Amino acid sequence: MALEDRNRVVILADRVENISGAEFPLSFDGQEKLFSLAGFKDAFDIKIVRLTPTEIEFDMIGVDASIANALRRILLAEIPTMAIEKVYMINNTGVMQDEILAHRLGLIPINADPEDFQWKRPTDPPTDQNTIVFKLEVACETNRDAAPGETDPKRKFINSSVLSSQLVWDPKGDQEARFAERPIKPIHDDILITKLRPGQVISCELHCEKGVGKDHAKFSPVATASYRLLPEIQILEDITGDDAEKFRSCFPPGVVEVVKERGVLKAKVVNARKDTVSREVLRHKEFEGKVRLTRVRDHFIFNVESTGIIAPDVLVSRALDVLIEKCDISKAALAKAVKGGEGEE
Amino acid sequence: MDANGSYHAAPYSTNPQPSAQSTMLYACLDCGHHNSIKPREPIRCFECGYRILLKVRTKRMTQFEAR
Repeated sequence: MALEDRNRVVILADRVENISGAEFPLSFDGQEKLFSLAGFKDAFDIKIVRLTPTEIEFDMIGVDASIANALRRILLAEIPTMAIEKVYMINNTGVMQDEILAHRLGLIPINADPEDFQWKRPTDPPTDQNTIVFKLEVACETNRDAAPGETDPKRKFINSSVLSSQLVWDPKGDQEARFAERPIKPIHDDILITKLRPGQVISCELHCEKGVGKDHAKFSPVATASYRLLPEIQILEDITGDDAEKFRSCFPPGVVEVVKERGVLKAKVVNARKDTVSREVLRHKEFEGKVRLTRVRDHFIFNVESTGIIAPDVLVSRALDVLIEKCDISKAALAKAVKGGEGEE
Repeated sequence: MDANGSYHAAPYSTNPQPSAQSTMLYACLDCGHHNSIKPREPIRCFECGYRILLKVRTKRMTQFEAR
């Protein structure tokens, strides 16, 4: 492997090359490239590209895929949230079976900061420190004010659909005062739980507990958490004239622009980040040998979408805290395993 | 799930059991009216005369895991 290709994944028409990293000695044409902490600190960078109330896009540069993947997996499975865990069904005469109803209730994201609550072991009794209580009391009936020929169930009946907004928080202990600024309720008010018809009743009590995504997906604080490698388009030889226009159309809008340089139309890469790496260019004979598609192996573009419980930037910093905690555990375990050696490092 | 509806004695436990009903109630399949019928009485709704009556669901609490 050539040294300049050491952190490039090369995309060819029929295959992808240089997939795995080669960060070990003498792997780049026999050249020594040793890992050093100072070198890592120098190369490492995090850039926040976009931040909205529910989404964050950031670049993580200069790490191995194992670290980026660890972060992604922590985001999915190891950041605690509160979710409905126990359903005490008093009455349910709707068409949806109790088990299914309980399962659906569990998946509703609850707007409560998990940091404010303690873990509840199965043997622990529920207290105001580890449990949030909701009540769901819905009865469907005929709407007497509806027009005689009404066919829309929403107007013909009252409570024909049970929505997440109908969950009523039942504060226990000092919860009402503690969460006065951020009352506990479902994140979204318009989640359809089930449908009812006149005479059907649902009455239940719901207990939320703290949990993590590896236990059940309902505890996962993210809707999606994924990364991709930064695409790169290398133009090896100038693409001019009509070919330039064709070259531009091989990529999504905004990736390549045609510019006029010294009276000649020329294709120029403007924003490779937007590329989907569809390999369309590699299908055309006229671009053979003129273009090279690669990805930067240590440049990760993260996309994290929160469910709304934890702000996306807080979510990433909490994930990094979990990662650091894990490192401390393995560091201590390693030191124990090599006891007698140098304990300091 | 605990089919017996047993529930640990805890600060949060509600008392979901409604007052015990002395007579059995049956819901009419047609009009939904709750009828109390005694033994040897014809199975018939008092309100609409429909002849199919349903036993209503128990109000006893059952516990489920939201999983």
